[in-house]
Amino acid sequence: MNIHEYQGKQILKSFGVRIQEGIVADTPEQAVEAAKKLKEDFGSDWVVVKAQIHAGGRGKGGGVKLAKNLDEVKQRASDIIGMQLITPQTGAEGKKVNKVLIAQDVYYPGESETKEFYVSVLLDRSRGRNIIMYSTEGGMDIEEVAEHTPHLIFKEEIDPKVGLQGFQTRKIAFNLGLSGNAFKEMTKFIAALYKAYEATDSSMFEINPVLKTSDDKILAVDAKVNLDDNGLFRHPDYAAMRDTTEEDPTEVEASESNLNYVKLDGNVGCMVNGAGLAMATMDIIKIAGGEPANFLDVGGTANATTVKAAFNIILKDPNVKAILINIFGGIVRCDRVAQGVIDAYKEIGDIRVPIIVRLQGTNAEEAKKLIDESGLKVFSAILLKEAADLVSEVLA
Amino acid sequence: MSVLVNKNSKVIVQGFTGNEGTYHATQMIEYGTNVVGGVTPGKGGQTHLDRPVFNTVKEAVEKAGADVSIIFVPPAFAADAIMEAAEAGIKVIVCITEGIPTKDMIQVKEYIADKDCRLIGPNCPGIITADEAKIGIMPGFIFKKGNVGVVSKSGTLTYEAVDQVVKAGLGITTAIGIGGDPIIGTPTKDAVELLMNDPDTHGIIMIGEIGGGMEAEAARWIKEHGTKPVVGFIAGQTAPPGRRMGHAGAIVGGAEDTAAAKMKIMSECGIRVVESPAGIGAAMAEELAKLA
Repeated sequence: MNIHEYQGKQILKSFGVRIQEGIVADTPEQAVEAAKKLKEDFGSDWVVVKAQIHAGGRGKGGGVKLAKNLDEVKQRASDIIGMQLITPQTGAEGKKVNKVLIAQDVYYPGESETKEFYVSVLLDRSRGRNIIMYSTEGGMDIEEVAEHTPHLIFKEEIDPKVGLQGFQTRKIAFNLGLSGNAFKEMTKFIAALYKAYEATDSSMFEINPVLKTSDDKILAVDAKVNLDDNGLFRHPDYAAMRDTTEEDPTEVEASESNLNYVKLDGNVGCMVNGAGLAMATMDIIKIAGGEPANFLDVGGTANATTVKAAFNIILKDPNVKAILINIFGGIVRCDRVAQGVIDAYKEIGDIRVPIIVRLQGTNAEEAKKLIDESGLKVFSAILLKEAADLVSEVLA
Repeated sequence: MSVLVNKNSKVIVQGFTGNEGTYHATQMIEYGTNVVGGVTPGKGGQTHLDRPVFNTVKEAVEKAGADVSIIFVPPAFAADAIMEAAEAGIKVIVCITEGIPTKDMIQVKEYIADKDCRLIGPNCPGIITADEAKIGIMPGFIFKKGNVGVVSKSGTLTYEAVDQVVKAGLGITTAIGIGGDPIIGTPTKDAVELLMNDPDTHGIIMIGEIGGGMEAEAARWIKEHGTKPVVGFIAGQTAPPGRRMGHAGAIVGGAEDTAAAKMKIMSECGIRVVESPAGIGAAMAEELAKLA
């Protein structure tokens, strides 16, 4: 699960990770109040107004702005709140900004130069262990660093038997070129960060940049926090941080019906049981000359209710010119699914696109008979190859 | 011959008396699997499905001689169940449970590393040796005995491949559903290696999907050590990038993450890669015909 920067920072702070302090605001007026409070608490004359959306690259799209006085705070906040923010990660349509984070200015001048670093914590799947990935090249796109200067990216693996050790945090601070107080601060920062990662059941932390301030403090200026969906049952307080306005509304509706749905841009909708077969069905749509309009896994219990919910979701997409239902019945009996399709079809009534139903496995023959005798405008198939041919046929 | 399990395997079910455990244990017994009992803590001494219920896996090993376990325990308790089975001396542990936190699986992987056991899954359909033993949730009737081994991350896509193999006039030795989670006990390469060493398996079907580097690892192993034809398919050629993994993860996974990249590596390693999931069975039949 994705959460906002301000939520991620709250979590980090609760584990002793130093952060760029800030206050979230829904309106320009709240933004001004927040700026006043930051001045009181931290003496911050300047503040940064940061759009809160679930996508990176916000600065590039004009979603992060410096404000040097309260008038500017109000102006910047009213510019950003409500804007459709387009970043390299949002797609062309962008994302609507509902909240801004008013954050203290941490790039103030002082005894030493400020310096930005990159730090992330994530699972190395091939090793089955967590790693801390870090770089001296902070504040940049890490993909670009990986492509052009891969020798500047370091990885530190954590042994699950003993956890993160002191020598590892020191190694990281040394590799980042730090000394004196900043060195000590960095070892504390890394230790607290990893503790937070473990305790929260996170699947990724990406802190970019981590800043060394001009007075040698180390703090998180940004925070991308991904929580492991499977671990959320242990953290109801974090689960409550889900912001459904950041998700595709159809995907939210699907998840409420226990359907795993991802919207795509094609013209053939599909409804499948099992994630692997669902992806394979998308592939066969492409081979048959179409483009998949979605990924949709109805899970292990395909019945009339789930089939109907799935139909309604797929039919919301005006680009859908045909629907392919592909069910391999194991525990699920095909004749039940077929009856579900027939009932849902009759109940919805006005389905104007051709439907191809391919049912294989338990009671497949009975299912085909049910579909064929229903009198509905539904094409039935048993072999995957036949279903693919039918897709080509209806698109022609 | 076959791999991992056969008609002599003594199987117990962890989470025996729950709904899932009861339903699938019944199906497994009907298939002919030698289910010798089950474990539900607190219900030891009872009888369920005409078989003894034990309080602990250790007891099931000592009293019923269990050497294989299948786990239907809810996600919050599944890691504990796997470790209990490993500690008790179970040789093959099949974990069906979906939704185990990654943090728990990191611990499990570490815990079982020096135990004499093999973990299949979690989040998998299980394993089946045709006509001998079904330790999983797959529809048993589609599996006919033969000479093709199957390794797959996905449940229903495995059934699809098996169905095509059988319709092409061939059959199955053992099908291994390795599971779709980020951390699993038996990666693709290990499962392929098991089948490569099984004299009754003449050809191998390897089904993967986007994400991770397991298929590339298996392909390179096959290039080096392969002695049998392998047919491969990768699901997700049309999947949009970036929907499953954050971008920092994509760096660790490297450029071998996408379906196209995996298929290219597999082809280069001598695997017969099919683009259409409808062509898996026919390709295997062709490859085996070349041997005859």
